[in-house]
Amino acid sequence: MEIIEHYLYTKEHEWLDLDGEIGTVGITEYAQSALGDITFVELPEIEKEVEQFELLTSLESVKAANDIFSPISGKITEVNDELTADPGIINRDCYEKGWIAKIKISDDEETSNLLTADEYSNYLESLDRNGDGDSSDE
Amino acid sequence: MNPYIANTSQDVSSMLKTIGLGSVDELFCDIQPRHAPKSFDLPKGLSEYEIISYLNRLALQNSNGLIPFIGGGYYDHYVPAACQALISRGEFYTAYTPYQPECAQGTLQSLFEFQSMICALTEMDVSNASLYEGGTALYEAMMMAIRITNRTKVVMDSGVSPIYRKLIRSYTHNLDFEFVETPVVHGQADRSAIVKLLDKNTAAVIVQNPNFFGAVDDHTDIVEKTHAAGALLISSVYPVALGLLKTPGAMGADIVTGEGQSLGLPLSFGGPYLGFIATRTKYIRQMPGRIVGETVDGQGRRCFVNTLQAREQHIRREKATSNICTNVALCAIQAAIFMSLVGKEGLRKLAQLNLDKAEFARRELSRIPGVEVKRSSPTFNEFTVRLPKKADDVVAGMIRHGFAAGFPLGRYYPGMEDYLLVAVTEKRTKDEIAGYAQALAKVLADK
Amino acid sequence: MNVIFEKSVAGRQGFRVPDSDVPVEGTLPEKYLRTAAAKLPEVSELDVVRHFTQLSQQNFSVDANFYPLGSCTMKYNPKFTEKVAAMPGFAELHPLLPQLRGGEQYVQGALEVLFECERWLCEITGMQAFTMQPLAGAHGELTGVMLMAAYHKSRGNSKKYIIIPDSAHGTNPASAAVAGYEIVSVPSDKKGGMDIDKLKAALTPECAGLMITCPDTHGVFNSRIDEIARMVHEVDGIMYYDGANLNATLGRCRPGDIGFDVVHLNLHKTFATPHGGGGPGSGPVGVGSRLVKFLPVSRVVKRSDGKFALNYEYPDTIGYIASFYGAFGVILKAYAYMLMLGRDGLKATSDHAVLNANYLLHRLKGAYQIAFDRICMHECLFSAARQAALGVHAIDIAKFLIDKKMHPPTVYFPLTVKEAIMIEPTETESKETLDRFVEAMLEADELARKDPEAFHKIPSTMPISRPDETKAAREAKVNYFSSHK
Repeated sequence: MEIIEHYLYTKEHEWLDLDGEIGTVGITEYAQSALGDITFVELPEIEKEVEQFELLTSLESVKAANDIFSPISGKITEVNDELTADPGIINRDCYEKGWIAKIKISDDEETSNLLTADEYSNYLESLDRNGDGDSSDE
Repeated sequence: MNPYIANTSQDVSSMLKTIGLGSVDELFCDIQPRHAPKSFDLPKGLSEYEIISYLNRLALQNSNGLIPFIGGGYYDHYVPAACQALISRGEFYTAYTPYQPECAQGTLQSLFEFQSMICALTEMDVSNASLYEGGTALYEAMMMAIRITNRTKVVMDSGVSPIYRKLIRSYTHNLDFEFVETPVVHGQADRSAIVKLLDKNTAAVIVQNPNFFGAVDDHTDIVEKTHAAGALLISSVYPVALGLLKTPGAMGADIVTGEGQSLGLPLSFGGPYLGFIATRTKYIRQMPGRIVGETVDGQGRRCFVNTLQAREQHIRREKATSNICTNVALCAIQAAIFMSLVGKEGLRKLAQLNLDKAEFARRELSRIPGVEVKRSSPTFNEFTVRLPKKADDVVAGMIRHGFAAGFPLGRYYPGMEDYLLVAVTEKRTKDEIAGYAQALAKVLADK
Repeated sequence: MNVIFEKSVAGRQGFRVPDSDVPVEGTLPEKYLRTAAAKLPEVSELDVVRHFTQLSQQNFSVDANFYPLGSCTMKYNPKFTEKVAAMPGFAELHPLLPQLRGGEQYVQGALEVLFECERWLCEITGMQAFTMQPLAGAHGELTGVMLMAAYHKSRGNSKKYIIIPDSAHGTNPASAAVAGYEIVSVPSDKKGGMDIDKLKAALTPECAGLMITCPDTHGVFNSRIDEIARMVHEVDGIMYYDGANLNATLGRCRPGDIGFDVVHLNLHKTFATPHGGGGPGSGPVGVGSRLVKFLPVSRVVKRSDGKFALNYEYPDTIGYIASFYGAFGVILKAYAYMLMLGRDGLKATSDHAVLNANYLLHRLKGAYQIAFDRICMHECLFSAARQAALGVHAIDIAKFLIDKKMHPPTVYFPLTVKEAIMIEPTETESKETLDRFVEAMLEADELARKDPEAFHKIPSTMPISRPDETKAAREAKVNYFSSHK
């Protein structure tokens, strides 16, 4: 399963790409494959303040709805409008073109609560061992 | 003997043998003796004929022969025979929710057609595949507006059915909402009262057309003021009246609901009925209930499926838009059949005929000394009259003459004890209306 | 098949509206009128009859197909009950009639039906009183949770959450949430019942009650249910019985006797009223003595002179939960069904429903992994995990059955079992039908081992093959006129 080396991760399968005070957020390969074909992305509001690990937005696939939690606290500066017309971008390219929102980070230190690529990779393996691997329906 | 069980005693023994048990009782081993019923004192079963005779006797104790002039949101319209015949097909009524679209295209396509017809009738973008009935549909519409706006105050026009208003008050009793109703005015909605109540926390304004008093309205100006306050306008409508009336879509309403009983469903003492809800495309994901959508199969053939299911309780559980599981699919299909039969021109004619008959009744009643027919606003097929006596007493007198004369407004509107709400559908003949007027004159003349 | 709008020809009309017999023509000012007629189809009566007849023929139904949809109780719907509901004395009765002075005497027959139906349901469930008003199972749940809230409010209890087992129907948590409660989910133990230790841990004075299906969606009757009830009552919690599975225990056990305070029943399940392609349903709610005073109004009462009346005078009532007295037409069918079965017929119903389910369990357990190795109640639960390892999932097996002209069982529910296949044969099916179903299931298993690829092409005998659900959800084409102006 693809994991990007320099991103940070959450146990809820969101990723964070840091660029100075701006963090870009998306969902991981694991999350998109578990959800299946994504049919709808509810984009968060620009200017909205979010807290780390609190609800950011939600995604829908044919038979699942999934809440997305913010990996970091801050103010939303930009959202990926292209997802409205074509939510499948996340299925095709979840780490680049399928980004969801950019957040102006309010507290750098919170990154210590996130997983590194290695830690996330180990976490995924532990899920597989517990038989919780593939949760897609069909 | 139970005619709906096929297993013979031989079947039972052979099945028990397969299972490896000696008796049916052993199958119930998890139910301990201490769980046994304290009583199960029920009569023995009857035959079809005995039951039909008994229930027919009960049916005959009901209002046969009373000529109905009662409406109040539920109307005595004619149901075409083809409607009942088609809906009586076992393939429709003994199927279940179309979870497997390959073997449920009949239900799915019929519901898609129903949704499209509701959109055509209301001039809205999208409709769901039905809700329980008009009152609960209005509650769902209100909750939808609260979710969309993230506000908690609802302004209800007092012309909205008091039956619906009482129901919504019960539902919201324990929830953290501000629910305000405008003071009662007899006739069209009181604009200034509504505008005064609009504020930054207002999620929705709810109006009804025609309203409970029968008054026809154009809510366009209320919609504009509501939108200016950042709130949504919810309109509850009477589908048959939409054969003629300006549509909520044209007025700019955001959510439209209503009771679909008038679209080919019998009155049946209060149900099953048909709630519907329609809205703008941008709010489709906040709309509760099942929705059927068009797609294609593996060979590219057009077909229909339940869609946007991620909103629903079986996926989202406690985060669902509503707890609704079942809708009233069969009633929706019945309404679709009715609308197909009556058709584009037929619905307009039907609505016009209702208007004509009601107009005639208004004229006849206004000639009776002491009866004041309210003319402050235009009406469709229902109108109020002010009587020189308590409406309750007049109605009791009219029953003795063979008429269900209308609905006394005092029951829901204190101070309006001498007002009567009279409905006249296409089924009422000139003679029945004339007879009603004569009987009313007599009842009023009695000491 | 074309949609009806595509069959429309300007000038056709399928119903003759009578000519006016009154000497006036009603007019309304133009500002109140619609500008163009609603775009309803223009078709003849035969067009309509043929269109909807052909549509109906694309459905599977209990009348034509075995329909073992787990947890839905798709039993045979007797024909005579349709005849009863269509009697003009019932079908043409206006619901506001009893609210007129002197009107009650014109609805005595209808009120008797409601009153008697309540009495039957009380005796069947061991509850004190019923309201027939809820219009579906989920509506009954919401009513039940509102009764629960009213009880706690009257006691000055501050309750925050409702406990719900993880095997519950999705409507349970949704109903509890709509009524304003938080949800605490309790997992099942290895034998399929609720984990009692986990339940103990979840029980605090803030627990408003427990909502549980009994037997549960694993097809298991929890032998410790009375003990669970005692524990919940100790924190002044309310025991809520989801009656979706009552068909398993008629005459064997009554919720009122084993500690339940509120029950909702699904007349369209246990009491054989038609499912109608997804409603109308009916979800009456019964209560024990502590909750009677909170029941919704109106309530049907029998006066000392033997006449029936509607009573609204209950100061503690939760108020109005439906516009009228319930889905009367549906209630009438259920009443007729109970009269037909009587005491012994009702008990036999559960006996045969449970026998049929256990027969299927034993015939299929070699080929399919069973979720819980024990005697089941009215439905049996399998997992297609073994077949899934070969690339054939529960949904594929479902589609295979469609080609065999049988409606698939419930799949992927309950959520607690992977690749769940939940089969509820009901008492009305014969051994021959069950055997045919077993053969089809065994054939599916064999095909999964021999040629898993073959499943991708099925179903192949229906008017359509598998639909593209992603396209449907992404495009959300739900109105013919938005794509065909």
